[in-house]
Amino acid sequence: MQLQNRFRDPTLVRELAGRIRAAASHRETYTFMEVCGTHTQAIARWGLRELLPDHVRLVSGPGCPVCVTPGGYIDQAARLAMDGDAVVATFGDLLRVPGDTTSLEAARTAGGDVRVVYAPTEALALARKLDREVVFLAIGFETTAAGNAAAVRAAREANLTGLSFYAAMRRVPPVLDALVRDPQVRLDGFLLPGHVSAVLGRGPYRFLEERGVPGVIVGFEPVDILRGVEALLGAVNRGAADVENLYPRAVPEAGNPQALALFDRVFTAEDAVWRGIGEIPGSGYGLAQDWRDLDAAARFGLGPLQARMPAGCQCAPVLKGMILPQECPLFATACTPEHPVGPCMVSREGSCAAHYRYRAS
Amino acid sequence: MCLSLPGQLVERRGSAGVADVDGNRVEVDLSLLDDVDAGDWVLVHAGFAIQRYDEAEALATLRAVREALGAAAEPVPGPHPRP
Repeated sequence: MQLQNRFRDPTLVRELAGRIRAAASHRETYTFMEVCGTHTQAIARWGLRELLPDHVRLVSGPGCPVCVTPGGYIDQAARLAMDGDAVVATFGDLLRVPGDTTSLEAARTAGGDVRVVYAPTEALALARKLDREVVFLAIGFETTAAGNAAAVRAAREANLTGLSFYAAMRRVPPVLDALVRDPQVRLDGFLLPGHVSAVLGRGPYRFLEERGVPGVIVGFEPVDILRGVEALLGAVNRGAADVENLYPRAVPEAGNPQALALFDRVFTAEDAVWRGIGEIPGSGYGLAQDWRDLDAAARFGLGPLQARMPAGCQCAPVLKGMILPQECPLFATACTPEHPVGPCMVSREGSCAAHYRYRAS
Repeated sequence: MCLSLPGQLVERRGSAGVADVDGNRVEVDLSLLDDVDAGDWVLVHAGFAIQRYDEAEALATLRAVREALGAAAEPVPGPHPRP
């Protein structure tokens, strides 16, 4: 889209970088976190870190839903396919991700029926076509949860008894709250995820104002991201902690009210484990009581998920913005996208994978 | 994974439709958005239109950036014609 390209205008990018350098004069360091894998990729792809002064640090938070999906979830989903209990329908991103002991790709190689779908509605089509149980792996942040919720509703309306949902969706605001409350984590502001915000609107982030940490909702083009950095610098310099929306072309103040109403109806917020971080109160979406007949965990007796990490993997401090990926001793040595050790390297949007892909060689 | 792309709706049939995303025609589920119709821009994610994509806001943002930067960059044209 031509209009999108205008947000890549090199003249605007240069001017913004100049303004950022001028504004970054009140403190010794500024540390801002982005919590969206698409931001992580855009920052690396456009080399935006190199445009900023060294003391303006952009760190990547837990913004990759695939990376924070617990290993035990992947193991249990793989087992459903391998044991022939169900056809497992999954977004392609999850296929290669190592669980604690296996992966969906390994399950498929071993003869399990694992189908990659692009949209949750394709799982409905599969359930109609196949004379077998189909389990859809309902992961993702609020952006993806919106479609998952619509698919759950559609499955009920169509009385599709052969379809169930293995829910491990994660909510962004509770993890932000956990980060700002963590005494080990020092952040001066958040670049808030644009497409999560397209669903949520601005309201669910307003708690940041009380915590004294500014946030800006930004899009994914270089001009969007640099404007966000400039706004955060301004807020820090003023001592303000506003939550500002700089992406109004995709984010109305109230988000998507239909999607939010559907979340309230179909899902229930629950304590959830984030791979690499641990359990965070209220940070997951599971199926609400009235929809438990469509819950794969109940139908197949899938157990609770635990937080486990591979030895030596520094994903936890990476996801909290405490260290950069290249500061992990395994980075680009024992741990590469071809042979990932930890979850941050497994998906293209993971912090480590994005740093690896675009690192100076 | 939250990658969402703007696309222009080519047609709407009840709660389903077809959008042009970067020149590709893709089926989109419109059950999460009221009153969007052919010609409107939407944000497409995993087969669902999750939000409107507001051209007028995009242009207003570009204008605001240009003004803030002292109009260093080239001027912003008006909206694209609809099909």
